Amino acid sequence: MYRYDKYDQAVVDARVDEFRDQTARRLAGQMTEDQFKPLRLKNGLYLQLHAYMLRVAIPYGTLNSTQMRKLAHIARTYDRGYGHFTTRQNIQYHWIKLQDAPDILAELATVEMHAIQTSGESIRNISADQYAGAAADEIEDPRAWAELIRQATTFHPEFSYLPRKFKIALIASPTDRAALRWHDLALRIVRNEAGEPGFEVFAGGGMGRTPFIAYPIRAFCPAEQIFSYIQAVLRVWNSHARRDNIHKQRMKILVHDLGHEEFTRQVEETFAHILTLGTDFPRAEYERIAAYFAPPPFETGLPEEIDRSDPDFALWVDRQIAPHKAPGYAIVNVSLKRIGGIGGDITAEQMDAVADLAERYSFDDIRVSHAQNLVLPHVRKQDLYAVWQALDAAGLADVNLDLVTDIIACPGLDYCSLANARSIPIAQKIAQRFADPARQLELGELKIKISGCINACGHHHAGHIGILGVDRKGTENYQLLLGGSGAEDTSLAKITGPGFDENGIVDAVEKATDVYLRERTEGERFLDTYRRIGVEPFKEAIYG
Amino acid sequence: MAESPLRFRDDTPADEPAVTLDAFLDQQDAVSVRIEAGDDVRRLIPVLDRVKLVEIDFPRFRDGRGYSSARILREAGYKGELKATGDVLVDQVLFMRRCGFDSFAPDAPIDPAVLDAALKRYDYVYQTAADDAVPVWKLRHG
Repeated sequence: MYRYDKYDQAVVDARVDEFRDQTARRLAGQMTEDQFKPLRLKNGLYLQLHAYMLRVAIPYGTLNSTQMRKLAHIARTYDRGYGHFTTRQNIQYHWIKLQDAPDILAELATVEMHAIQTSGESIRNISADQYAGAAADEIEDPRAWAELIRQATTFHPEFSYLPRKFKIALIASPTDRAALRWHDLALRIVRNEAGEPGFEVFAGGGMGRTPFIAYPIRAFCPAEQIFSYIQAVLRVWNSHARRDNIHKQRMKILVHDLGHEEFTRQVEETFAHILTLGTDFPRAEYERIAAYFAPPPFETGLPEEIDRSDPDFALWVDRQIAPHKAPGYAIVNVSLKRIGGIGGDITAEQMDAVADLAERYSFDDIRVSHAQNLVLPHVRKQDLYAVWQALDAAGLADVNLDLVTDIIACPGLDYCSLANARSIPIAQKIAQRFADPARQLELGELKIKISGCINACGHHHAGHIGILGVDRKGTENYQLLLGGSGAEDTSLAKITGPGFDENGIVDAVEKATDVYLRERTEGERFLDTYRRIGVEPFKEAIYG
Repeated sequence: MAESPLRFRDDTPADEPAVTLDAFLDQQDAVSVRIEAGDDVRRLIPVLDRVKLVEIDFPRFRDGRGYSSARILREAGYKGELKATGDVLVDQVLFMRRCGFDSFAPDAPIDPAVLDAALKRYDYVYQTAADDAVPVWKLRHG
């Protein structure tokens, strides 16, 4: 993985100093909260219902064991002994004191981490395929480009007071594991006919109260021009977005209002100009970064077979393991979706356990997925049993990847000052209803996503089953949506009808799964059946 | 503000009050122009030769349109004074300097010591911009 040199370290150290100064000025009353808020947000510090929340960047979802242990240390020292992995592959701590924040940043800087641009109207942390460098189906490891873009977009002087947040995702596989087209700017590494690398570019995606799937705006941008292209997109948006209504300032609204053809025309015009300025990083810099992402020294001649004599282990293998590009290796998915728990939450002790496993069995490499699980990307198949036993001892061996209990839920009204309804208890009730492992496997891939307000942090627009919590005359009410997808078959879920109370929504979800079990044909997932038969049979069962 | 630490130029400031972009384009002898957030600064490019002062207004410090306006003017070759006016706070001046602003007329006074620390804090930058800072990729590769 990438390692800081003296320049990267100096930038992060300076940021700690700057934030310490800003916090001191705020605490001394030299700055108003209005003036301080955008500054602390640019450093991932939110004020939530009960305390400050600090979001720490995990660039493109990649961590080493030293970093994971530092995250555990921060959880123990400054929080309540746990952290929460997010849908953008970051980690956040929910019980932070403002005066501790500079010290936490200083601790992070010692392990090449930071909270730069994890919130606020800035270019956010870049998300990427959690299987990068391991996936059997990738063209190349996308993280070298992600790191180059991370540097290019860090403290960009022109684009640090943007109309709204700006999220970039990057993948290099035909399979989309990163909810690509739900981002403001979505990049997929491709090759042109001459075999040269470049990016297929989509723009204007986003969830929130006005969901849009990103439009394709360029079939091929030469890889070495990508920074110019990103700057062109940002300049068009920064110059022309509305500034009068915070709900209309995301780039998706401009793309929609102008029409994607006109938006694309303006981007191309600006791109042609910016290319002449010579701001793109040279090939040599890409190669310097890419060297850090060279494949680890995979052994050869390893056995492919896995001893499945322990039936619990066999169940786990069948669900949690994905194919690796190197013979004899496997990708291990570590569930953070224990039934009755809080999805994405992890204790400091569990972080340490994962760090130990990564160090011993996975070339010191850990990933975070947008579905709020962890990944050990490079495990020898012959070590899987030992890894499983250790995960099981740490309470991390649940078998539910992409199943009905692998739910994405936002923090909701339990933590968030924006929420209208609780999300976590709804996720817990659904998980308990479907807790039977055989029933989960019978239902197969089924992605439930729950948001506690229309800002859609729980990705309800992209759920095979989506749930949106709203406030209806002072009580929490939950709307049911069907048919969304955050994968390569991206689609927008649609509301089925009137909402439900807390127990009613769980019943409605169960009725939807009953329709699926009744109607499905061989090999169909829930989403496939929904797409084939349409919403009516579901409405009939749920409301009839 | 001519003698203040908020002007980073040695030449004599233009003494003519700035007029709106529309008025400036109408008045052939005007030399000072005021850009409001939302103005398309590219309209100035054909007449840049006669511009001595561009004021770019920040109605709220969170409104970042002026950063792009500044970059566009500098990229078009504008060498005259580029002044940020309005809701300009100390924590924004570094990025404004990098975008080509070389004078500042903030609504509220800026503490010179805090400003000095802010402008000196970062030894390295990742991107080329409108200033002469050398990006780290260039330092890495000579």
